[in-house]
Amino acid sequence: MKKTFALEDLDCANCAAKMENGIKKLDGVKDASVSFITQKMTVEAEDGVDFDELMKKIVKTVRKIEPDCRIIM
Amino acid sequence: MTRRQKKTLIRIIISAVLFAAALAVTHIIKLTWWAELIIFLVPYLVIGYDVIMKAARNIVHGQVFDECFLMALATVGAFAVKEYPEAAAVMLFYQVGELFQSIAVGKSRKSIAALMDIRPDHANVIRDGVEVTVSPEEVMTGEEIVVRVGERVPLDGVITEGATSLNTAALTGESLPRDVGTGENVLSGSINSGSVFRMRTTGTYKESAVSKIMELVERSAERKAKSENFITKFARYYTPAVVLGALLLALIPPLLFHGEWAEWIHRALIFLVVSCPCALVISVPLSFFSGMGGASARGILVKGASFIEALSKVGTVVFDKTGTLTKGSFGVSAIHANGITGAELLDIAAVAESFSNHPIAQSIVRAHGKHIDSSRIGSLSELSGLGIKAVIDGREVYAGNRRLMESIGVSPVCSMGCSHDMHETCVHIAIGGVYAGHILISDEVKATAKSAVGALKGAGIRTVMLTGDSNKVGEEVGALLGLDEVHAGLLPEDKVSITEGMLDGKGRRTLAFVGDGINDAPVLTRADVGIAMGALGSDAAIEAADVVLTDDDPMKVSLAVRIAKKTMRIVRENIAFALLVKLAVLILGALGVANMWIAVFADVGVAVLAILNAVRAMRPPRAR
Repeated sequence: MKKTFALEDLDCANCAAKMENGIKKLDGVKDASVSFITQKMTVEAEDGVDFDELMKKIVKTVRKIEPDCRIIM
Repeated sequence: MTRRQKKTLIRIIISAVLFAAALAVTHIIKLTWWAELIIFLVPYLVIGYDVIMKAARNIVHGQVFDECFLMALATVGAFAVKEYPEAAAVMLFYQVGELFQSIAVGKSRKSIAALMDIRPDHANVIRDGVEVTVSPEEVMTGEEIVVRVGERVPLDGVITEGATSLNTAALTGESLPRDVGTGENVLSGSINSGSVFRMRTTGTYKESAVSKIMELVERSAERKAKSENFITKFARYYTPAVVLGALLLALIPPLLFHGEWAEWIHRALIFLVVSCPCALVISVPLSFFSGMGGASARGILVKGASFIEALSKVGTVVFDKTGTLTKGSFGVSAIHANGITGAELLDIAAVAESFSNHPIAQSIVRAHGKHIDSSRIGSLSELSGLGIKAVIDGREVYAGNRRLMESIGVSPVCSMGCSHDMHETCVHIAIGGVYAGHILISDEVKATAKSAVGALKGAGIRTVMLTGDSNKVGEEVGALLGLDEVHAGLLPEDKVSITEGMLDGKGRRTLAFVGDGINDAPVLTRADVGIAMGALGSDAAIEAADVVLTDDDPMKVSLAVRIAKKTMRIVRENIAFALLVKLAVLILGALGVANMWIAVFADVGVAVLAILNAVRAMRPPRAR
């Protein structure tokens, strides 16, 4: 499953790159992309993964890297 | 400016005033070191408290190489070595730079997004005889809507009442308005520039041209280019490496070579200031985004930055003939009558062909254009592979190819002196056993096809045409357009194998395939860059292609290549500029020539300049 989310207050491009890396490393994530330019995040989960559970982990990762940034869900 | 940016601006002003006051005071009277520290600490904290707080928070989270942390460390270090004014000034300039950067990125993002945004905001739908304004998503298939002057057509449909001219610039980049009347199709996204009209929708908003384009454009940021990935990778090593360099610079000279601690720590702090790879990490994706935005405003929808990269390295462009270089529809190109008038010949031919649904027959009927009285036909039979035998107005008529003429003992002659080896298809007509002339039918070459091929060749690109037509037709068109190579008589699977053969032997430059998307999806997928032309109607083509041209002008292919080349040049400029400036500052800093002010410029100043440069990719490249 693939979903796209808007991001708010994503202020630094390097953080976007770090988030992308961090999310890619999470279990159950097949691919992820965070675009600083479009302020959007796309997450592709592996089959059979509970997306809501995964999102919790993703929110945590994002918060750790850039506390100001919010994922609009 | 956003609220946040305004707040930062106010803080910058307050801090700058306090800083100037502090400078003035220390200039006039000599203060003790702690008094001096305090009066510089005030402007420093006004401007830098958030940076310090963020740095502290990130340390807790284990994010050591965070930009804020490094900035905080650098300035606190400067306070430690008693460079008070410099510490405050560096933080102040850093924030000024960050503000500029944020404004510049925000502005360019908005202007590029505006270029791409063709979303209609409402639809005036007629329900129970009353006009109601709803959002386009709520309109159902088959409903009637009213489009006023200046409004965007919200959904795809057919005009039911009224005639107007439409500005399709947002869809195709074509600035000439298109005239449409009752019964004609209109695409969503065009702007009504003529007069009010009514239309019936032929699909929902989700199926409309606008949503297809928007979806394509919005997903384009996902496919990152190699240079983007290179930069992110580079950034991961750059910061730790520079920080390590700073550490060595601070420790080794004082420990091993009796250097002065304060002096070398000061030099090391310069390293920390330039350790953020921001200029690169922002400007490279922004350049790609800006190039894609500029392209989409000209009717070239690129599915991702990686295809900008591939397009810029195109060495071969393979065209599928029908629908790309030619219009893909047959038309009567000439009528050569023999003994009767051209109009009479066309009239007889049209009557004879009126029951056939062969495309050639239909093109003759279309060219005739008038009502055909079928009572004129006495009898009619189709001779497979030859043509038609009919009795029209009591006379025996044969219409068909040369073999048909030969079979009835008539030899074709041409009063106009045309050679029958033209690339056109020829329909010969004999009336009452006498040769009456022939009608030339051709798949018309598009008006811009020749200049499109010429533009590509001018850029050093090999042009190849594939066609399922006969060798003769293929070679004629090839020679007419000046193509480098022609492969004719191909079946669809041959097109795939020929393209694959060229893909194997192409070397480092890429291969682009241009098709109309109707039956060439496999080749579109195989090519490095699959370009689908005029393909807004076909989901399969949009899916298979990497670049979608919203109209069917072959000139757009070379424009796409030029935009891609310009974008890549800007990307390279930004990478080289940012790296060189940072490297220079690192070297000068280590030698003790550069100070922290220069380092701040190398950090945020370079980022702002690179952003401004990136936005250039949005504007069209100059034509050669």
